[in-house]
This record gives sequence, C-alpha cells and structure tokens, in this order.
Amino acid sequence: MHIAEGYLPPLHAVAWGAASAPFVVWGARAVVKQIRDNPESKLLLGAAGAFCFVLSALKLPSVTGSCSHPTGTGFGAVLFRPPVMALLGTIVLFFQATLLAHGGLTTLGANVFSMAIAGPWVAYGVFVLTRQLGGGLIPAVFLAAALGDLATYCVTSVQLALAFPDPVSGVVGAVAKFGSIFAITQIPLAISEGLLTVLIVRLLSRVSPAELTRLGLIKSANPVVKESVA
Amino acid sequence: MKRSTIVNWLLVVAVVALAAFPLLFISGDYGGADGIAAERIAADHPDYQPWASSLFEPSEEVASGLFAAQAAIGAGVIGYYFGVARTRRKLAGAVNAPSDAID
Repeated sequence: MHIAEGYLPPLHAVAWGAASAPFVVWGARAVVKQIRDNPESKLLLGAAGAFCFVLSALKLPSVTGSCSHPTGTGFGAVLFRPPVMALLGTIVLFFQATLLAHGGLTTLGANVFSMAIAGPWVAYGVFVLTRQLGGGLIPAVFLAAALGDLATYCVTSVQLALAFPDPVSGVVGAVAKFGSIFAITQIPLAISEGLLTVLIVRLLSRVSPAELTRLGLIKSANPVVKESVA
Repeated sequence: MKRSTIVNWLLVVAVVALAAFPLLFISGDYGGADGIAAERIAADHPDYQPWASSLFEPSEEVASGLFAAQAAIGAGVIGYYFGVARTRRKLAGAVNAPSDAID
C-alpha cells in the first residue's frame, strides 16, 4: 500500500522525487546495458518485472485486520541487481497511480524511493550478506525477499512520519504510529513474498539453470543446485 | 509425485494459509492500510488538505477489474517465460544429460 495521492506536502513530494530520480535514470541505463550485454536475459528480465506486477496487485489480508500487498521487487533485485528494479518498480507504481488511483503522481517519488529503491537494495544487501555468511541459496532468497518487502513499508512509515509528526510525540512517535499501520500489517505478507520468491527461484532452477548460472546465482549448470540448497 | 514438486505445492499452501488465517481468526474490516494511514493523518492533522487527487479514479468495480488485469498480465508473462524455458530445455535435453532441480 503506497502513500495516497496528495498525502505528502509539496516540499516532501518534490524532495522524494529528487532523491528518486537519479536512481530511476541509473535503473534505465542498467536495463539498457543488461539487454545489450545479455540479450538472452531479456525474457527473464521481463519475467522479473512481471513478478513485481503480479505481487503488487495481490491485496492480501493481514493480522492487523487490514489489507496490504507484497512488492515483488526482491526477486529482480537478487537476479539483476537493484538498479534494474528502480526502473521496473517505477513502471509498476506509475501504472497503479494513473490507472488504479492507487498511490499517486505527487507521491510517486516517495513511493518509488520505498518500493523501487530501498526495498531492492535491502533485499540485495541481505542476499549478499546471507550468502557470504555461508547461507544457502534458498534461505538467502527468502530473507532477501521478505526483508526487502518489510523495508519498503518501514520507509513508507518514516516518509509519512517526517511529513506528519505526531502532535504530541513528534516524528519518533509518528514513526511508531505509521509503523503500526504499515509495517506490522506487512510482516505476514513479507513472509508470503519470501515464500513465493523461493517458489519462483526453485521453478527457475528447474527450467533454466543455465540462466541462473549466468546471473551468478548458482555455480554451474548441472547437479549443483542440489548442493547449493543444503 | 516428486519431492521437489511436493515442496513447491507446500509453499503455495503456506501462502494461502497465511492469507486465510487472519480472515478466519481476526475480525476487522480489511480495508487498505493506505486508507487507514490517510484516516490517521486526517485525525491528527485536521488542517491538512490533500492538495492533489487522482486524475482518473475508477469505480470500485472497475478498479478490481484493473487489478485483476495487472495480475493477469504479469502472470501471463511469467507463464510465457516458463513455457519458453521449458521447451528450450527439453530440446537441449535431447543432447545433454538432464540435471535435477532443487529438491
């Protein structure tokens, strides 16, 4: 769930837009480079964007008695690195803002920052860290997707708290307030996103191990996958 | 059924269970978290006026259709990818020894 249209003061809207713009430009260049250097990965890149499309359309009920949706950005961040997701995530957010009245154009910069920049970078960081600490591919993918998802909504909470500090407890109190609306709701959804991302990576490892090898997720195209999972 | 297939189905079941659990055991109106946040802003900052509204606001019915379309387009692309990859692999498999997926 993104920040609704008009719900950030103009100054904040512009500032988040300015913060996000360079990442989106970087993302566009990264996508062009990816396609030029690895034309055969074009289809998988489309699938990563599509995964983001599907997951961010899935409004799921949560333990707080309200609904939210996953982001689907961790998958692409792990496969193609985060800059690429800045562009793909922006496309999804733009689609939802213009056609679905979900999120908004004035809040696009802030929503891009949380979902298409912060989420993917956290996901990628968690993935690399887990792998370096000796974690298997599947646990790393799960943690990356789940924590990237959660990070998105923590950033959303902070963005709203900065714009609307609590009259009594200030920004800190407002972070807790919006966190209880967004981040708590998101916990079970983050787990779902982790599980769905694990599912698609498992399926990929079956149908296109060569592609995963080329992207550096697994070491070589043959029996490997088994051992990387242990 | 192969073990890896069973694990995949268990993943799907777990996701469905995670979504069903709150609906079954926790009462709530299950509105969107973004709407709830907007309500809180209106309650705590009554003088704030949202200064923009969506250019195009579909009715609830139309919106649900568009959300379904979004999911369908995404699922279609993913399905296409798997179809292509599987076929490619099958054709290549005629030459190479088959490898096992994660199980």
